Amino acid sequence: MLNPDSVGRTFHSAKSFPVTAAEIAAFAAVIGEDDLTVAPPTFSIRISLEQSQDVLSDPHVGIDWSRVVHGDQKFEIVRPIAAGDVLTCSSTIENYKFLAGNEIVTVRSDLHSKDDLVVSSWSTLVVRA
Amino acid sequence: MTQVGDEILQRVFWIDRELLKNYADASGDQNPIHQDETFAKSVGLPDVIAHGMLTMALAGKFVSDWAGGAVAIKEFSTRFIKPVIVPAGKQVDLTISATVTEVEGSKVRLSVTATSDGVKVLGMTKALVVKS
Repeated sequence: MLNPDSVGRTFHSAKSFPVTAAEIAAFAAVIGEDDLTVAPPTFSIRISLEQSQDVLSDPHVGIDWSRVVHGDQKFEIVRPIAAGDVLTCSSTIENYKFLAGNEIVTVRSDLHSKDDLVVSSWSTLVVRA
Repeated sequence: MTQVGDEILQRVFWIDRELLKNYADASGDQNPIHQDETFAKSVGLPDVIAHGMLTMALAGKFVSDWAGGAVAIKEFSTRFIKPVIVPAGKQVDLTISATVTEVEGSKVRLSVTATSDGVKVLGMTKALVVKS
């Protein structure tokens, strides 16, 4: 059960995420994308979902990650990610509600390269009862 | 000239267990419900299911191919409404199509539809692209 104090809090990733050409190539290969100059539009999930898992699994936040299923996903892309980017991730627990016994949590993830916002994404996760 | 109501020709992507393994490695999402049939069934699923984000990634490929590349996509959102079930040794379809819902200069909004085995798997899928 999510600690209500967590709603509205922002968690900044301790580490940064250097993006390599090999990571972009592996992701692109799965979807049949030949253009490797930029990352596919959903590539940032690789970073944001791991961060969301870290944040929500924190004992002070209190979500049982093993019961989480993905409900909704949204991306706002300022510019595509490219190899050589070094990204930081801040995750904000934007919304939390109960619906039919399930907890529903929306986490916003902002990925920055230095001071510039690159991608904002919203993952709505359903913690099954 | 792109107009509201234009339909983008349907395309079929094929998903099998090998693709799920490759997506797990590429995305870092190693949840066993996407790879291990025994585990998937133990948590009440009919079989191994595809990562929702894999279906969204394939829908993203569909949109970027139409719009002139990944660089064209500015917003992209979806709801995961039904799982794509992937039995061992089989290829299952992910059938994607889209309709133009708004045009404002080079900015185009699309409504995207995705089904597998005739069942709608993504809902309210929308993209905003700047078409080159």
